[in-house]
Amino acid sequence: MFDQETLQDLKERQKEWKETTLQNTLARHRERSDEFMTTSSAPVERLYTPLDVADLDYSRDLGFPGEYPYTRGVHSTMHRGRLWTMRMFAGFGTAEETNARYKYLLDQGETGLSVAFDMPTLYGYDSDDPAALGEFGKCGVAVSSLADMEVLFDGIPVDEVTTSMTINSPAAVVWAMYIAMAEKRGIPMEALGGTLQNDILKEYIAQKEFIFPPHPSMRLVVDTFEFGSKHLPLWNTISISGYHIREAGSTAAQELAFTLADGLEYVRWGIARGLDVDDFAPRLSFFFNSHNDFFEEICKFRAARRIWAREMRETFGAKDPRGWLLRFHTQTAGSSLTAQQPENNVVRTAWQALAAVLGGTQSLHTNSMDEAMALPSEYAVKVALRTQQLIAHESGAANTVDPLAGSYFVEAQTNRLEQDAYDYFHKIEALGGVIPAIEKGFFQREIAEAAYRYQMEIDSRQRVIVGINEHLEEDPVHIPLLEMDPKGYERQVARLEQVRRERDSEKASVALEALQSAAEGTENTMPRILDCVRACATLGEIMGILRKVFGEYREAAIV
Amino acid sequence: MVAKPGLDGHDRGAKVIARALRDAGMEVVYTGIRQTPEMIAEAALQEDVDVVGMSILSGAHMALFPRVTELLRENDMEDVLVLAGGIIPDEDVPALHEMGIQGVFGPGTPTDEIIRFIRENAA
Repeated sequence: MFDQETLQDLKERQKEWKETTLQNTLARHRERSDEFMTTSSAPVERLYTPLDVADLDYSRDLGFPGEYPYTRGVHSTMHRGRLWTMRMFAGFGTAEETNARYKYLLDQGETGLSVAFDMPTLYGYDSDDPAALGEFGKCGVAVSSLADMEVLFDGIPVDEVTTSMTINSPAAVVWAMYIAMAEKRGIPMEALGGTLQNDILKEYIAQKEFIFPPHPSMRLVVDTFEFGSKHLPLWNTISISGYHIREAGSTAAQELAFTLADGLEYVRWGIARGLDVDDFAPRLSFFFNSHNDFFEEICKFRAARRIWAREMRETFGAKDPRGWLLRFHTQTAGSSLTAQQPENNVVRTAWQALAAVLGGTQSLHTNSMDEAMALPSEYAVKVALRTQQLIAHESGAANTVDPLAGSYFVEAQTNRLEQDAYDYFHKIEALGGVIPAIEKGFFQREIAEAAYRYQMEIDSRQRVIVGINEHLEEDPVHIPLLEMDPKGYERQVARLEQVRRERDSEKASVALEALQSAAEGTENTMPRILDCVRACATLGEIMGILRKVFGEYREAAIV
Repeated sequence: MVAKPGLDGHDRGAKVIARALRDAGMEVVYTGIRQTPEMIAEAALQEDVDVVGMSILSGAHMALFPRVTELLRENDMEDVLVLAGGIIPDEDVPALHEMGIQGVFGPGTPTDEIIRFIRENAA
């Protein structure tokens, strides 16, 4: 963007500035620290100038929004055309309680739904399984059968609102329950819009809710790609997630690199199945964290779009531009919240959300102030949703596209993160690819290292966290926390027993047997899973069949 | 020994603590995730540990912790110092103390506070 003569002149002037103006200031006032760094411990310079982005080529590196390489955004008008989807991740206790929460959130102006499932559901156990001891409804809503799914979406227009479901190992089963629920209401699957998280690779890397070994897990994921591309054209069959990688303690660069490496791995598997990349790539979506470092996060989102577009077009030869687009959901950083002085979390969440908006997110969840202590109360979640509405309507941030482009700092950091991501891609490749790198503990070790460094920076007060190591308050602050139905578990088990009692058990057994032979062979499992769900087989029964066929994965614990 | 009871996969805190204790000169066994109370008690016995620290963020602590302390007692390990960390509401803390969990450390606890507590209280 700058000619050589201008840059040469600038270089000389900057040298002069350093020796005079800057030197004079530093002689009188030292800076607050010898080194400044991002939340991810990456160095931050005092000043950025055109010299830091001397090689930037506007058309090649930034371009126009809605055009390759999409650095500035996936749509030409971005949030001027349509605001991001305000999608609050929610779920607790029984389907009845969570259904009431969804209706409340929709009434308060949220524009998309997002289901949080409880631990037993995430691990494919029915609520009354002994392995589920104490976990019912604690981390999300329990869904053990189609009956629970029907209650969960009762009275909610699933043909109008899109639903995101955070489910991974049992993703195909829970998706089938959603499809069957809509079918019973006369809504064909072709009309359903939403997102299945379905990102198993990051489970091994960070979230740890894996069940089967990597290869059969990936086969199930590709089964959903294939089924979705044929039958649910509006559904995002995967949400390739950096969120959990970041929450587990990674840096921004690691989140970016590992997430995109996972994404590219899914593309390879889809192609290896014989699918046309242009058939499934447009339905791949992403999910990132927005952490504390305002600018670094914005740069991460911009770098992600540019890398993905390039890899999809250049490496995989995708021809449909929709397959080049990195569309993403963002959640503000849960791990940045403090149990101390919880009101401060409203402010943290606000700037994290603003970074997501300025970074061009398609959808956003804002955490509630009480989430370092419990699942959100109705009051806390309302404040979190209002935060998005304030950004949308009052901040002005949604009125122009990619307003930080051209900032020397932002462009230099975007380039730096992109370079960091490619450095990681090469390391992963040298280990034999994503799955061998998982099996060797590479990602787990990288993340544990970063998490420990971050904690040590806090403990040594190199990094200040208000309420944790500075500006402490002696008196504990009490805010009202969510209370769940104490009879919830009994009601859940009663419904589950009713399902088992009243269904045509012969039909359920036949469907489960058919699934078993599909799983043992190479046929797509999705239609068989759908038949099991329609026959009211429970989540635990269906996953039990798959556990039997595929086995269970154990990881080596890495500290 | 640092242990992860239940289905909860949030292992960031457990790993950070395990490493901080190791850096403080302690010998540390980390069980990994998805441990049943039986597995934790058995590992504590086999490894002959002085301290059991359990990390849990899923909210299942009131169902899982009593089972662990009960099994430790059955194994004649009541002198083992038992600690808990994670997302544990203040209102549960008195009941946890009562069942023999001597230290409960919530989010934001500096690692040296836990190290100090262990040095002062472990047998």
